[in-house]
Amino acid sequence: METVLDNLDDVGLAFAYTVLLFVIAGVLSLVFGTLLAAARVGPIAVLSKAAALYVSVVRNTPLIIVLIFFRIAGPKIGLKFNFVDITIGDVRLNNLFTACVIGLTVYTSTFVCEALRSGVNAVPLGQAEAARAIGLPFSGVMREVILPQAFRASVPPLASVQIALLKNTTVAGALGVFEAFARMRTLTNKNAGDRIEIFLTFALLFVILVEIVSFAANRLERRWRVAS
Amino acid sequence: MSSAVLFDAPGPKTVARHRIYTAVAALGLLALLAFVIWKLYSEEQFAYDKWEPFITPRYLTALLEGLLTTLQMAFTSVLGAVGLGVVLGVGKLSEHGWVRWPAWAVVEFFRAVPVLLLMIFVFYSYGISRGDSGAYWSVVIALTLYNGSVLAEIFRAGVLAVPRGQAEAAYAIGMRKTQVMQIVLLPQAVKIMLPAIISQCVVALKDTSLGYAIAAPGLTVVGTRIYTNFQNQVPTVFVIAAMYIAVNFLLTLLATYIQHRLVGEKSPLDLTRVGNMQGGENTGGAGGLV
Repeated sequence: METVLDNLDDVGLAFAYTVLLFVIAGVLSLVFGTLLAAARVGPIAVLSKAAALYVSVVRNTPLIIVLIFFRIAGPKIGLKFNFVDITIGDVRLNNLFTACVIGLTVYTSTFVCEALRSGVNAVPLGQAEAARAIGLPFSGVMREVILPQAFRASVPPLASVQIALLKNTTVAGALGVFEAFARMRTLTNKNAGDRIEIFLTFALLFVILVEIVSFAANRLERRWRVAS
Repeated sequence: MSSAVLFDAPGPKTVARHRIYTAVAALGLLALLAFVIWKLYSEEQFAYDKWEPFITPRYLTALLEGLLTTLQMAFTSVLGAVGLGVVLGVGKLSEHGWVRWPAWAVVEFFRAVPVLLLMIFVFYSYGISRGDSGAYWSVVIALTLYNGSVLAEIFRAGVLAVPRGQAEAAYAIGMRKTQVMQIVLLPQAVKIMLPAIISQCVVALKDTSLGYAIAAPGLTVVGTRIYTNFQNQVPTVFVIAAMYIAVNFLLTLLATYIQHRLVGEKSPLDLTRVGNMQGGENTGGAGGLV
C-alpha cells in the first residue's frame, strides 16, 4: 500500500477531476438530453428527424472518437475553448478539461434522450385519453398526468446512463486530463511492482463512487415510484 | 407511438401552426448545416491533400485492416464473454450460497470498474512485454471480463424470463437440476437473450477503440497514425467515425431482425437494470440483489 499512501495527494486530486468531470458533464448532458428528447417526441417532424439522426450518429460512435474530435480535431477548426481557465486550489480547469466535458456531454446526452423517450413511451395511451376525456387542456394533460409518470419511469434508465458517464470519464484520462485513469497509469508506470494494489485502490474507489450514485438513484426511484 | 400519448390529433389551426414551426425549424437546421460546412470550408478542411489518404489504396488497405482487427478483437471478446457470462450467470442463479456469492461479487466488481482501468492493469501485468499482440490481448481480456459480467446479468434475466411453469413441469417429470437448466431453461433463454447479446457486440466493438490508450492495433490507432502523418485530423475523425457507425448500424439491424424473428412482437427483455450502453450500466445492489 506504500505507493498509494505516498501519493495520496495525487490520488485525491485525480478523483477530484473525475468527480468534476462527472458532475459537470452529468448536469449538462441532462439539460441537453432533455432538449433533444423534447425535439424527438415533439410534433414537428423536421426536429424529430434531426434529433433522431443526431442520436443514432453519436450513439454509434465510440466515445473516444467523440473526445478525439473535440480535443484534437476541434482546435483545427477553431473549437479551442481557450476562454476557460479556472483554478480552484490544485484543480485547474483549462481548455483540455472543457473539450473533454463537451465531448462527454455530447455523447451522454444521446443516452439521456433515449432514456427520457423510453419514459414517455412507458405511459399507457389510456392515461392521456382519460385526461383529455375529463376536459383537461393540453398543459393540464402534460403537467398533471403524463410528464409525472414519464419522468418517474425514466429514473432507472437515467441512473444507468449517469453511472456509465461516471465510468466513461476515464476516457478523458486517455486524452490528457489528469483524472483517475491517467493517474493510475502514471503510478503503475513508475511502480510496476505494486500494480495490483494500485489497481485495487482505484478500482475500489470507483466501486464506491458507483455505489453512491446507485444508492441515490435507488432512493429517488423508491420515493417517486408510480403506485401500481 | 409516443406522439399519440403526448398530443391529440391536431385540428386545422394546430396544423397551420405546425407548418410555421416546421418551416422555422427547417431554416434553422439548414443555417446550422451551412455554418458547419462554411466553417469547414474556410478552415480548408475540404482541401484535396487532407482527403488524399482516403482515396489512396495503401491507406485504404490499412484502414480496412484496422477495421478487421477491431472486429476480430470485438468478436473474440464477445465469444469469451458469452462463455464467462454463462458461467457467472448460472453461478448467480445457484442454490448454493458459496457459489452464488462469489459469482455475485465478481460480476459486481467488473461491472463497476471502468474498462480502461481494467485494460491498463492487464496491459501492465501481461501485455507490456509482448508488443502489439500483448496490447491486442490486453484489450480482449479486459473486454471479456467486463462484457462477461454484463452478459451474466443479461443471462440471468433471460433465464428468469422463461415462464416458471416450464421449470416446474420439467421437475415434475423427474428431471434433475442440471437437466432442467440444460434441456429446458437454457435453450429458451438463449432465444430471448440473443438480441441483447448482439447489442452487447455493439458495445464491445465501440469499447475496442479504448485500446487507443495502450496503443493496441485497431481502427482508432490506424486513424491516429494517419492524422499524425498528414495533419488531417478533422477528415480522419469523420472517416473513422463513419466506419464505426456503419458497422454498428449493421449489427443493430441484425439485432432487430433477430428480435422480430425469434421473440416476435413481444417486448424485448427489459434490461434497464442490466444496462448495455457503452461502458455502462446500473451496478451495485440495484441490479444484483433484488
